[in-house]
Amino acid sequence: MNDLVFFINLYLVPGLTIGSVYALGAVGISMIFGILRFAHFAHGDLMTVGGYGTLTAVWILPFHPLVVLPFGIALAVGAALAVDRAFYRPLRDLPTIYTVIASFGVALIFRSSAQLIWSSGNQVFLPGIRPPLVLFDTFRIATLHAQVIVLTALIALALHLFLSRSQLGRSMRAVADEPELAAISGLDTERIIRWTWIIGAALAATAGVFAGMDTSMHPNLGWNLLLSMFAAAILGGIGKPLGAMAGGLIIGLAEELATYPWIGTDPLVSPSYKSGVAFAIMVTLLIFRPQGLFKGRLL
Amino acid sequence: MNTGSNGALLEVEGLSAGYGGVAVIKDIDLKVAPREIAVIIGPNGAGKSTLLKSVFALTARSAGLVRFRGRDMTGLRTADLVPEGIAAVPQSRNVFPTLTVAENLDIGTYAAPPPDRAEAKERVLSLFPDLATKLTQPAGELSGGQRQMVAMGRALMSAPDLLLLDEPTAGLSPAYLEKIFDLLLEIRASGVTILMVEQNARQALRIADHGHVLVSGRNFASDTGAALLANEEVRRAFLGGAAA
Repeated sequence: MNDLVFFINLYLVPGLTIGSVYALGAVGISMIFGILRFAHFAHGDLMTVGGYGTLTAVWILPFHPLVVLPFGIALAVGAALAVDRAFYRPLRDLPTIYTVIASFGVALIFRSSAQLIWSSGNQVFLPGIRPPLVLFDTFRIATLHAQVIVLTALIALALHLFLSRSQLGRSMRAVADEPELAAISGLDTERIIRWTWIIGAALAATAGVFAGMDTSMHPNLGWNLLLSMFAAAILGGIGKPLGAMAGGLIIGLAEELATYPWIGTDPLVSPSYKSGVAFAIMVTLLIFRPQGLFKGRLL
Repeated sequence: MNTGSNGALLEVEGLSAGYGGVAVIKDIDLKVAPREIAVIIGPNGAGKSTLLKSVFALTARSAGLVRFRGRDMTGLRTADLVPEGIAAVPQSRNVFPTLTVAENLDIGTYAAPPPDRAEAKERVLSLFPDLATKLTQPAGELSGGQRQMVAMGRALMSAPDLLLLDEPTAGLSPAYLEKIFDLLLEIRASGVTILMVEQNARQALRIADHGHVLVSGRNFASDTGAALLANEEVRRAFLGGAAA
């Protein structure tokens, strides 16, 4: 029993938490790949921008970070729409490799701007130590972890309803499926692209705040998570937003559970090699099942 | 239905279009009357599909006019033509494969919402009763003929006045070919004008009110379907010689 509680408190819940962060980032990567057809390498740094936007709002307004999250979302959405207009849109009709390279440049712009504006040090959202939630006298779950997992589940549900029921969601799936036919059907592709950025950036900002609250804000926050998020998007099947969310949870869990002392008393994989687990999953998938678990598009 | 001054629903005048600065069609004139089936035929590479695409603003036009109901549509984008009452079905990749049949049909209403969505769906399903049992199935799982019906159904959901079809029978079995031609007559009977490109020229001309023969990107002949079928020169060159 004690082993199980130990496992849940220290591995399963943190795994689901980091998995939720990956899920929220990967869903944007997957949608952008599905609709704009390029791997958005600035997505991690978009998370950073959203995190700092929220942090700044916390400094100004005396509210909890999750309450002022809309300010971070607004900053990330504004940044995403601005770089799309300035850098990605002029490249839209060229081979997508141009846009991929441009997104590397945008990633550097975001990261360096964050460093310039908010300094390169670590900054915390809420100083001090908060007591965990204690359930049934045994499970000790950090309040933040519970919030992250519940909010992510709600977002996944909302996203599912949006994509399957709403006109805009169905239009997005149509553009991801057959862009030319979508244009022939009279769908306004540029408007759908704008909404893809809005949703992708909003979820990225949310993920950035979750990650920053779990540890601390620093300019490399999102960039360090990018590899795992790409692994999650590939695992879920590129262009399958809900698959990407499932992929995020799986990658997060795999990274955390790999450090559990499965054999003997030492961690199976040293915690400092955690992201190697995501990398191993990604490489294995690309070799044996490049369409991902949920039959997405081939890269 | 409003038409141009001379009674045509669609008028193409001196249209030239192509890819990368190379003109594929040159100085094309074409008139389509309301509630008729007009067929564009001609040898491979004659520019039939290019003509259809340039009418729908999918191919860059270098000269000429496209008038719909007497109004100049030359400057409009594809997305603007759908609300004007024109819908098109491309030859290939004409369904959204991961969307269900019902969702495919629904997409057809987004750019030009019909007055009554439920009524539009009922009308489309009465034309294509085979689809009624497949509404929840992804369109990518259907056969070629069924996909063609989903594609035509999607286009008809917006209740267009003009339907552009690019080789609707390409790759279909002879049984489906007959079925599609029968459907075209039904669609015309419901008041929709059809302008189509067709490889099966002989069958197409039989149901067509007018046929337009294109050769090397230029008008070669235009006449009623029956007259073209009887035209010795057209028959020898494009219909395989034997009498119709």
